[in-house]
Amino acid sequence: MSLLAVEGLTRRFGGLVAVNNVSFTVEAGEILSIIGPNGAGKSTLFKVIASFLPPTAGRVLFAGERISGLKPHRVARKGVVRTFQETTVFKEMTALQNVVVAHHLRLRAGALGVFFASRLAREDERRFRDSAAEILDSLGLGRVKDEKAHNLPHGYLRALGIAIAMAAQPKVLLLDEPFAGMNVEETERAVEMVRGIRARGITVLLVEHDMSAVMRISDRIVVLNFGSRIAEGTPAQIREDAAVIEAYLGREDETIGH
Amino acid sequence: MSMQSLPTPEAQRTGPRRVRFPGIGAGHAALLLALAVVLVGVLPVALSGRPYWLNVLTNAAVLSFVSLGVWVIFAIGRVNIAQGAFAMIGGYTTAILSTRYGVPFWVCLPLSAVSAGLVGALIGWPILRLKGVYFAMVTLSLTEAVRLAFLNGGEVTNGASGIVNVPRPAGIDSPLAFYLFAAVLLLLGLLGVLRLATSRLGWIFRSMRQNEELAASIGIDVSHYRVLAFSLCCALGGIGGSFFAVFHQNIYPASYSVQDSINFMLYCFLGGLDYVLGPVVGAFVLVIGFELLGELQEYQSLLYGILMIACMLVLPNGILSLWPGRRDTAKAEDGA
Repeated sequence: MSLLAVEGLTRRFGGLVAVNNVSFTVEAGEILSIIGPNGAGKSTLFKVIASFLPPTAGRVLFAGERISGLKPHRVARKGVVRTFQETTVFKEMTALQNVVVAHHLRLRAGALGVFFASRLAREDERRFRDSAAEILDSLGLGRVKDEKAHNLPHGYLRALGIAIAMAAQPKVLLLDEPFAGMNVEETERAVEMVRGIRARGITVLLVEHDMSAVMRISDRIVVLNFGSRIAEGTPAQIREDAAVIEAYLGREDETIGH
Repeated sequence: MSMQSLPTPEAQRTGPRRVRFPGIGAGHAALLLALAVVLVGVLPVALSGRPYWLNVLTNAAVLSFVSLGVWVIFAIGRVNIAQGAFAMIGGYTTAILSTRYGVPFWVCLPLSAVSAGLVGALIGWPILRLKGVYFAMVTLSLTEAVRLAFLNGGEVTNGASGIVNVPRPAGIDSPLAFYLFAAVLLLLGLLGVLRLATSRLGWIFRSMRQNEELAASIGIDVSHYRVLAFSLCCALGGIGGSFFAVFHQNIYPASYSVQDSINFMLYCFLGGLDYVLGPVVGAFVLVIGFELLGELQEYQSLLYGILMIACMLVLPNGILSLWPGRRDTAKAEDGA
């Protein structure tokens, strides 16, 4: 059984069909990328898989269980955790506080225990602090862990966003454009980071624009255009796919003059 | 992304700082102790022959207490302009239970917290989905709606005549006794809210204020904690209302107007939203300031208004932002 199965997913906004009857599966331990030109429906598909948007039709199964339609925090509890585009972190907290808070799902103490600082709650916080420091170190953020997030440069923020997601102990990590706005060098580091995450046994599903990074990192690729799946395969297969080439060349025509 | 090669200068300057959730820090404990000494030790002695000023301080203390609730809801990023309504619910709970059923005050007090908290949870569940000015407007109209409900409550609330002759609590019958009761109430409220703000609950609330979607993505049940914060807020209002019902020995639908709800919010703004002590400082400054301006007779409200505007213009982050270095060291955000 596939770890994650997307079955006939459709999402309409009024008359616009943003995602049209898309199906694919994600196997445990792989890195699967969803690519497509601007407006292909990648972001919508991403939000529906993470349950931040309900599907109009179709469903998403995680380990055989339906997760589409559940509230986002319940999906996170099951082990499907998303990141956000750009630099969505808790800006008024330090990097360490960001990741400590993100250990929420591992909390054993109840609300009253937390309020009265029960032994269990104190133990929890000690564990979370150690684990948060470890996560930050592993993503190269160890030296800025006491910095307020809004003081951190962009590249760090993207990594911090991933650190926050990692604290929730995902089984499937959904990355929303992890390489957007990065230069070649930064992208290289980010690619290494995603490989490192997979090496820990976490399945990665990412939505991305940057073709070259996707080609290097993915085990398999799903290509969307105008909301529909137009191709699926290994990077080598995708590179040769006529429909994909057409979709992307068409896009280049449109962007001439930019 | 291994970017260790690029440590920011700030990182080297600040050095390691502990993130602490459990207990309240030494700084906060010292602050509470100092406040306790002043409120319970110094002020009653200094004002022993002046019941008028004791009453003013009693008012200020309980108004601060009620505003602490508004501060809690600010912590999750919502502006509550309905706190007067919840004080009214608490006040009527105490008034009705004690005059009709002879329930002792010390039982009415927690029941008032429960009734206001429950109503808050019921109303909060649907309306807390709103944000910003939309939530604020709904709560504003809530104050008026609750006033009308009590006005038209028939025999239960006795309409516009309200409920009078609410019995005083056993053992509390002088201005000094009421003052001490109010001071203790405020200290306990402050201790509770400080603990809340420095505990993980406070961090969960803060994470929701900073980004609800991100909070949900790490498994925080946002709607659950929103309702929790709101009903805590309302319960504090209910306790304050219960106190005022026995302090004034009466309650009317006119006891709490929209203006009162706005005041509770203003105390937080004026004191400083970043500080747990903000509503307390705001309430004491405004309440005492209003009394001091009493000499000016008809110009009292005018000057009061001008001072308030000036205060907001000069100190947009609240009075407490004057405190040097406080923003980074002692504010609750850092859990120091």
